[in-house]
Amino acid sequence: MSLEVRDIGKSYGGFKALDGVRLTVETGALFGIIGPNGAGKSTLFSVISGFVPADEGRIILDGKAIDGLSAPARARAGMVRTFQVPREFRHLTVRENLMAAAPQQTGENLLGVFFRPGRVNEEEAAIADRVDQTITFLKLTRVADQPSGMLSGGQKKLLELGRALMAKPRMILLDEPFAGVNPVLIDEIMERIAELNGRGIGFVVIEHDLQALTRLVPRLAVMDRGRIIAEGEPRAVLDDPLVREAYLGGVS
Amino acid sequence: MEAYLVAIGIIALIYVILSLGLTLQYGLTGLINFGHVGFFAIGAYTSALLAFQGVPLVLCFAAAAVLAGIAAWPIGLVSLRLRDDYFAIVTLGFSEVVRIVITSEKWLTSGVQGLPGVPRLYEELGGFTAQLAVFATILAVTLLGIWMIRRIAGSPFGRLIEAIRDNEEAVQALGKDPARFKIQVLVVGAAFAGIAGAFYAHYITYIVPDQFIPLVTFYVWMAIIMGGVGRVSGAVVGSAILMLFLEGSRFLRDVLPGVSEVDMASVRIGAVGFLLILFIMYRPQGLMGDYTKR
Repeated sequence: MSLEVRDIGKSYGGFKALDGVRLTVETGALFGIIGPNGAGKSTLFSVISGFVPADEGRIILDGKAIDGLSAPARARAGMVRTFQVPREFRHLTVRENLMAAAPQQTGENLLGVFFRPGRVNEEEAAIADRVDQTITFLKLTRVADQPSGMLSGGQKKLLELGRALMAKPRMILLDEPFAGVNPVLIDEIMERIAELNGRGIGFVVIEHDLQALTRLVPRLAVMDRGRIIAEGEPRAVLDDPLVREAYLGGVS
Repeated sequence: MEAYLVAIGIIALIYVILSLGLTLQYGLTGLINFGHVGFFAIGAYTSALLAFQGVPLVLCFAAAAVLAGIAAWPIGLVSLRLRDDYFAIVTLGFSEVVRIVITSEKWLTSGVQGLPGVPRLYEELGGFTAQLAVFATILAVTLLGIWMIRRIAGSPFGRLIEAIRDNEEAVQALGKDPARFKIQVLVVGAAFAGIAGAFYAHYITYIVPDQFIPLVTFYVWMAIIMGGVGRVSGAVVGSAILMLFLEGSRFLRDVLPGVSEVDMASVRIGAVGFLLILFIMYRPQGLMGDYTKR
C-alpha cells in the first residue's frame, strides 16, 4: 500500500496554502512532516483526508484515486486521521468514545436496534473486548469510565490514537501528537506508535517538535510556505541549508 | 373537575410526545430543529383529512406518523450539509411554509376556516368514558415512545448520535457519515410530532392553521430546556412544568386586576417566558439535569 500525493495545490484567496505538493509514503512506513507554523502541514492533512477540497492535484491510495471520495469514505478506505486539537466526544466516556469508533456496527442502524437485538449484543461484546485491549494498550484504564472531556491534553491525544485504531485503519495520519503533552507522556505515545508500526500500521506524523519527530521517524519531509522543500533521513534533511533557513530563520 | 384534569393530562401527554421527538433530535443529536410544529401540523391535517374520508382512525394515525416522517426526509437531504444555525433557520422556514400551504390550499384544508368536526377517538363510548379511553391510549403511546427513545439512546446508534452532537468532524474522520444518522433522527423525531398532531386533531376536533404557529415549537423547546436537555425524564418533567404553567397562569387573572380576557393570552406567554428566564438563570441544566451531568 502506498499513499501518493500528486501536485496538490490549495489557495485561500491570494494565499497559497499548498503549492504543488508531491509525496509518496510507502506501505507501513513511519513518515514525518515538519515545518514552521503556517507551512501548510495541517492543510495538507485536511486535503488528504477529505475535509478540505484541493484546487488541483490528485491523491492516490493503493493505485486508486481517492480525491473524489468524501472524508468518511476515505477513512473507510483505510486512512484515518487525528486532529491537532483533540476532538474527543466530550460527554461520552473514554470507553464509549472507543466503542463508537468501531466500524460497521449493526446497532448503528435503527432497524438493527429494534429488530436484531441479539446480533447487536454479540457485536457489542466483541467491540467491548477490543476496547478493553485498546484501553490497556494505551494505559487509559484509570480513566476508562470518565467523561473524555475531563482528560488531560496528553490523555486526549492517546484517546484520539485509540479511536483511530478502533476504526481498523491501515494508515493513520497523526496531527501533532506531541503538542501540549508532558515529556513523560511523549515517550509513552512514541513507544505506542512504534509498536503499532511494528504491527504493520503506517503512520504519517505532522510535528512541530523537531526533537521528538527525529527520534521517531526514519524518514521525513520538510514543508515551508506550502511547498515541500526537502525529504529524506532526518539528519541529512536537517543539515540542508534550505531547511535550516526555513526552520531556524536563517541562523546557521 | 375530573374532566378538566384529564383534558390537561391529554394535552400534557401530547407535549410529552412532541418533546420526545425533539429530545432525540436536539438532546441526543444536537440538531437545532426550530420547525417541529410543521411536522405536528402535517400529522394533524393528514389524520383529520383521512378520517373525513372514512379511513379507520388507526390507519389515520399511522399515516400521520409516516407522512410527517417522509416530510422530514427531503429537509434532511437539503439542509444537513448546512451549519447548525442555518439548519435551524431552514426548519423554522419549513414549518412556516407548511402553515402557509395549509392556509392557502383551501380546496383541501378549508384555509383559515379550518376543519371542524374531526372525528373523536372512542366516540361511541361517549362523554367522560371516551375521554378516559383517549387518555389511556395516549398514555400507552407515550410509554411506547419513551421505551423507543430510551432503547435508541442506549444503543450503538444512540452512542453515535451523541458523538455527532459532541463533534461531527471526528465522526467523519472515523469513517461514518453523520448525514445518514441525522436523516434517520429527523425522520423518527418528525414521526413522533406527526403522531402528536393526530392525537391533537382528534382530541380538539377543530383544527385551524393558527394553531400551528412557531410558538408551539418553542413551547416544546421550553419543555425540554426546563426538564433537562438530552434526557427522556427531562422531556416528561419539562412538559409537565410547561402544562402546569400554561394552565396555572389562567388563574392569574383572579389576582391581576384590570386585565382583560384578550390581554390574558399575552400575560400567559409572558409568564412562561419569565419562567424560562428563571430556569436559564438558576437551573440551566433543567430540573432533571442535562446530558452534560451524567
